[in-house]
Amino acid sequence: MRLSEHIYRTISTVAGPLLFVQDVYSARIGEVVTVHAPDGRHMEAEVLEIEGNTALIEVYGGTQGLDVERTSVSFTDAIKKVPLSSDIVGRIFNGSFEPKDGAPMFIPERWTPITGAPINPSARARPEDFIETGFSPIDGLNTLVRGQKLPVFSAAGLPSKEVVASILKNSRLADSSKRFIVVFAALGLTFHEYAFYLNVLEEMKTGFVAFVNMADEPVMERLLAPRFALTVAEYLAFEKGMDILVIITDMTNYCDALREISTAREELPGRRGYPGYMYSDLASLYERAGRIYGREGSVTMLPVVTMPEDDITHPIPDLTGYITEGQIVLSRELHQKGIFPPIDVLPSLSRLMQKGIGEGHTRADHRKVSNHLYKYYAKGRDLRRLEAIVGRDGMTKADILMLDFADAFEHDFVGQGTTRRTVQETLDAGLALMKKFGLEVV
Amino acid sequence: MSGKILGISGPTVSVDLKGLKLYERVYVGHAMLTGEVVRIEKDRAVIQVYEDTRGLAGGEPVKGVGMPLTVRLGPGLLGGMFDGLQRPLERLREQMGPFITGGKEMYALDYTRRWKLAPALKPGDEVRSGTIIGSVQEGPFEHYIMASPDESGRVSRIVSGGFSLDEPLGEYEGGKEIPGCHEWPVRVARPYRKKFAPGAPLITGQRSIDFLFPLARGGTAIFPGGFGTGKTILEQSVAKFADVDIVVYVGCGERGNEMADMIAEFGELQDPWSKRPLRDRTVLVVNTSNMPVAAREASIYTAVTMAEYYRDMGYHVLFLADSLSRWAEALREISASLEEMPGEEGYPTYLASRLSGFMERAGVVESLNGKIGSLSMILSVSPPGGDFTEPVTQACLRTTGAFLMLDTSLAHRRHYPAINWFQSYSLYSKEVSGHYREKVSAEWNDMLVRCRQILQEEESLREVAEIVGAEGLQDADRLLMRTAELIRTEFLQQNAYSDDAFSPPQKTLELIKRIIDAHDKALAKLKEGVPLEEAIKPQPDKA
Repeated sequence: MRLSEHIYRTISTVAGPLLFVQDVYSARIGEVVTVHAPDGRHMEAEVLEIEGNTALIEVYGGTQGLDVERTSVSFTDAIKKVPLSSDIVGRIFNGSFEPKDGAPMFIPERWTPITGAPINPSARARPEDFIETGFSPIDGLNTLVRGQKLPVFSAAGLPSKEVVASILKNSRLADSSKRFIVVFAALGLTFHEYAFYLNVLEEMKTGFVAFVNMADEPVMERLLAPRFALTVAEYLAFEKGMDILVIITDMTNYCDALREISTAREELPGRRGYPGYMYSDLASLYERAGRIYGREGSVTMLPVVTMPEDDITHPIPDLTGYITEGQIVLSRELHQKGIFPPIDVLPSLSRLMQKGIGEGHTRADHRKVSNHLYKYYAKGRDLRRLEAIVGRDGMTKADILMLDFADAFEHDFVGQGTTRRTVQETLDAGLALMKKFGLEVV
Repeated sequence: MSGKILGISGPTVSVDLKGLKLYERVYVGHAMLTGEVVRIEKDRAVIQVYEDTRGLAGGEPVKGVGMPLTVRLGPGLLGGMFDGLQRPLERLREQMGPFITGGKEMYALDYTRRWKLAPALKPGDEVRSGTIIGSVQEGPFEHYIMASPDESGRVSRIVSGGFSLDEPLGEYEGGKEIPGCHEWPVRVARPYRKKFAPGAPLITGQRSIDFLFPLARGGTAIFPGGFGTGKTILEQSVAKFADVDIVVYVGCGERGNEMADMIAEFGELQDPWSKRPLRDRTVLVVNTSNMPVAAREASIYTAVTMAEYYRDMGYHVLFLADSLSRWAEALREISASLEEMPGEEGYPTYLASRLSGFMERAGVVESLNGKIGSLSMILSVSPPGGDFTEPVTQACLRTTGAFLMLDTSLAHRRHYPAINWFQSYSLYSKEVSGHYREKVSAEWNDMLVRCRQILQEEESLREVAEIVGAEGLQDADRLLMRTAELIRTEFLQQNAYSDDAFSPPQKTLELIKRIIDAHDKALAKLKEGVPLEEAIKPQPDKA
């Protein structure tokens, strides 16, 4: 611990967001420093690397107007921390944790390091409490549970924000006395999207906390905003006992920011130019979801990933899928058919579903209904390829029935529009659909 | 020996310590973070730190331990859960709360626990490397306390009955103490007298593995598959049901919630062979994806050393790692921070040799004390984008004895386990088929040939059917398509959440035999001119 603040005027190089400061005494990795620009502005930065007495620091905001002679840097001897208080609920901040809603900053109860610490795997409680999102293809076939991380894989032009908005409005816990607090992190948002989400958040009856980084704001903030959001979420969940739903949109902007900064640091690029540590970096965000044994609250995460070129094997959705417990995949084909939500249940998956459904969670026949719907729809989808070759007339009656079932499944079961369905209604709708086509449910 | 930090970059720290040895363990900074020497230059050394380096400052002290990274081996490992450095996670939680922060040293073994020793030696007996000193009862197992491979002497005194690990078991002549446990460096394979080629089968209870691609005790297998193909579920199913004595499972850079699930389940479920709780036979090593990367790299070595220790007692040990790709990525991250010249896709060029060196630690061996034990390995691989041409999968293919490819399109159809029956292979088929023929049924091989043939024919018929439609096929071909579908849905598919999750070889054979016999009967009827719909009707007497 240093007792005095150290100010240096020994910058040797300025390159993009990076500064090299020489003759620094005892800098810490991750230490927060303040950069004072010649024009009087000051901005936050972080120590990235230390080599002898030279510290490499990375500036969060823009580095325009910095120079070597007159810019000074002060070292704080502390690593990046987040101010926390229960008063944070209902507030909107920017990517530097400054209020964006016009109200003054709250008084922090305490400060916590932004990166958090990994949850001891032996302290994790198994996620098994059903969350009702109101959407049949999720509740029925890809059930979400408390403490899960389930991304939405979207593509350019698909209505991911409408899907997210509906989930925000309609999500309920099985224990209906409890409600979610939504922690919302928006990364690289356009004003159009911002206005949309703001509307949704303000209409919500439950509380929210929002961190918003706009498309024209510093890229570095895109790496910080989700960490602010998750630190706040962990605090509200594990210390205040609340159930938190964290929505991060859009992780593709996060990963692009990571790549941009990695390139500026002159690191070795990996697949498609993304850094080799992207898996570990993404995991340090996603793995903060969960429940802790013996504590009340939970952190459930719904990140939105826009798949570049609609490609699910692109590094961003690929690495995300390897870390998260399943994925909800939106389909362009369903969207073009006018189906909302355009959720394609075949590539979608919820890995934690098995523990959260059935007797005592949803309904005894949930697993059975879900497996049969899935099986018949998959069969119908398979037959569509055959139909394209031999034509409908060349197919057996049984096959035509399956084709019709697949169509009806998409239009009636998946395409519920914006109306909310309880899980009972979802399962009944599924059963009714199979009954209508005379399909057996054993 | 102490010095100070010169530079820090990610998980690597350079220090001015002299006289360090390569792979020596080092304590870094005031927080006493654990690290390992990875490079030595004339006036500086580079340390790979196993914990988060955030908050570490230049100039902080560094201390060499004089020993490489080791694990402690002794009674009390079974049922335990450790991180990549063998710190006991449960006791860590009791002391530190639910979150892990760095710089906490804690022994894997509980030194206060009392054990009862049945000595195998008497005063005057000679102890050489690996000699069994005595045994204690560890859950259902006889735990042999063995002399460390680098230990020897003549016993002058040995205790009998109660002891705990913080006291010696006796002394050698000359006064040197006989310890109840020993340390072994994780990166050095434990020595043995002799190695044998794998010959006995490793029964997994998974039909598609045991029947089509059988594994062998002492062999290696990889499960590569894109995300959502069920690697983890398959690994966990094998960990639950495999016909072995002891299971060492490493969650290497994977999901925390999955591990929580597995821990809960292993406490509830029984080993189908011994009818005891699964936890009693399992050692878990958990280094989830958000835990430090360097410890992830070490985790598989930590785990395999513990597995070898039980192998040396003459047990059949199964080592499972999920996922090897995360280990390789950790290796890549560390290599990048050392600024080494990258090879393919940024992986270091020594990836393949490290991997083969690691996989060669599997095998059937006669240990230093003459017991025969085996160490089998099943490793899952997570190829980016599900592309099997990537370096990790390819490097594994050079050494692995079985390749069980998990297929995304099968998984999308909810065909689990999603093992592709055309692309997968096992090099142990020949060696172990004799066993199945003798112990299960003489028909094992014939059924296998028929089953493969039907699946093969279905594949070629499928192309025809796509053009002419299923209706356009001849009855015999339609029957074959139907049988193949039955094989796929009733035989190869196995629901991990039902009673069918474990299928002993006898059941496996009965199932396939029933399907193929029904096929043959129906085929005979077709030849008599009976229409297909009639021919496949179940026989009244059989129903």
